[in-house]
Amino acid sequence: MFLKQLSIFVENRLGAIAEATEVLAANNINIRALTTADTTDFGILRLIVDKPELAAKKLRENSIIVNVSNVIGIKLDDTPGSFHKVLKILSESGIAVEYSYAFVSPFAGSANIILRVQDEHTALRVLTDNNIKFIEEVN
Amino acid sequence: MYHIYNLKAETMPVEKLRELQSKRLADTVRRVYDNVPFYRKKIDDAGISPADIRSIEDLNKLPFTVKQDLRDNYPYGLFAVPMEEIVRIHASSGTTGKQTVVGYTKNDIRLWGEVMARTLGAGGITKKDIGHISYGYGLFTGGLGGHIGSETIGCATIPASTGNTQRQVTILQDFKPTFILCTPSYALTIAEYIEDNNIPLDNLSLKCGFFGAEPWTESMRAELERKLNLKAYDIYGLSEIIGPGVGYECQEQNGLHIAEDHFYLEIIDPDTGKQMPDGQPGEIVFTCLTKEALPLIRYRTRDVGYKLPGLCACGRTCVRMSKPSGRTDDMLIIRGVNVFPSQIETVLMEMGGLAPHYQLVVEREGTLDRLTVLVELTEENFTSEIRRLEEINRKIRSEIESVLGISVKVKLVSPKSIERFEGKAVRVVDKRNLK
Repeated sequence: MFLKQLSIFVENRLGAIAEATEVLAANNINIRALTTADTTDFGILRLIVDKPELAAKKLRENSIIVNVSNVIGIKLDDTPGSFHKVLKILSESGIAVEYSYAFVSPFAGSANIILRVQDEHTALRVLTDNNIKFIEEVN
Repeated sequence: MYHIYNLKAETMPVEKLRELQSKRLADTVRRVYDNVPFYRKKIDDAGISPADIRSIEDLNKLPFTVKQDLRDNYPYGLFAVPMEEIVRIHASSGTTGKQTVVGYTKNDIRLWGEVMARTLGAGGITKKDIGHISYGYGLFTGGLGGHIGSETIGCATIPASTGNTQRQVTILQDFKPTFILCTPSYALTIAEYIEDNNIPLDNLSLKCGFFGAEPWTESMRAELERKLNLKAYDIYGLSEIIGPGVGYECQEQNGLHIAEDHFYLEIIDPDTGKQMPDGQPGEIVFTCLTKEALPLIRYRTRDVGYKLPGLCACGRTCVRMSKPSGRTDDMLIIRGVNVFPSQIETVLMEMGGLAPHYQLVVEREGTLDRLTVLVELTEENFTSEIRRLEEINRKIRSEIESVLGISVKVKLVSPKSIERFEGKAVRVVDKRNLK
């Protein structure tokens, strides 16, 4: 039920992200969603891709630090209040969200959200109990 | 039990050793006075004559020799024999100014083989072993020094030299050498290659490694011993004295035994020139007692170390010296504080989960020096959260600051982004442009 998210360490210098994306492009790996987090000295590029295992392998071969972690992908109605509803379910169950990001493609018509939470298994259960739809794969 | 290559020389009673050193010193001083105009003038200027040097105790009457003296007499001015007696020339890299040129007679080469055989013998090497020499062959003394020691013992010797790590690892697997000589940083490069390529350690037959030519720490020793499944011995030497072979660890791995029947060790206060008591660090100074071509008197090495008190359990009677804690040339003075790269390395290795790959960058902003430590991040320490990286950064910074006593900036960088050198690792980039 989880999606595999790649987190890539990037130094804060010109071309650092391009070194990672070049590896992905060369291996025909498609990026479905992405977000960056940064400080003055370094950043983390977080990605949802179609072939996460292959991507991680290729990145490591190029001496790029990568971490693969579980995240939850959910599919919501593209209407006011739908994301709020999810956050309310989680907070009422005592589950903290570490970070989240949204993306459009490839499921037109719905709002797609990636959630990284502290207790992923409980989160999955309470969201299922509340009939939230999941994104199961991104091919 | 302990293996000793030259039992008679290495376990000579201390009194007898002093007698031998005294006689050899008197001979050497006479020889340089007669044959090297530079030394004749220096000894005359000191108001003494060779006849005043009768015992090793008289050594402190003699003036020091410094690296600049070799440069001033470039290339052959300090040789004490005619060129026709010289059979080998080596030179050390001239990162600042001219190269330092050294020469050897036939007897000097024989002596080199002897002291390098003692070095390898101290690690238990016998003629049944196979040696893999991964120091550079050429003007640098590492390659040929290791080579002659290995051959003197009678080992099958592989002159692999440096570079092409893949080929080195193939040789290690196929030719089955039982010992290796290289710089500790290159040994780590080899270990990483083996790890990255999932090569089983059982494919290697190495039982020990002799690592030197750059300072390294106890934690790096532990890492090399674990990653290469061998015993890692420190060796010490410098081309001005003979090359590798001046000092070597025995199986106790507790201090470098100095071949002091040939190279007399002093530890001095670099400011006053006075002898430091045992256990107190100071500048390492050597006097060649038997060299023919280039018998340097009281040569100031700019390395920092101390004498270990007492005798070693191995039975050798020669003095032991600490692992040099750094070079005075490598030492940085930042805001009045002495900083040795080895201090940073110790911090990183003790924190765990970090690679010992780092570089110190010093810059001057206005009148203030700023030290930035680049540290390579490892996957072990990396999660998807910024917070965790910031914690690591903060922890490294506070550990370094508590050791050095000055504020530093730490910058995490990608693995393998700090340049690897197959010879010596450059740990310091000084961008201050002083002068």
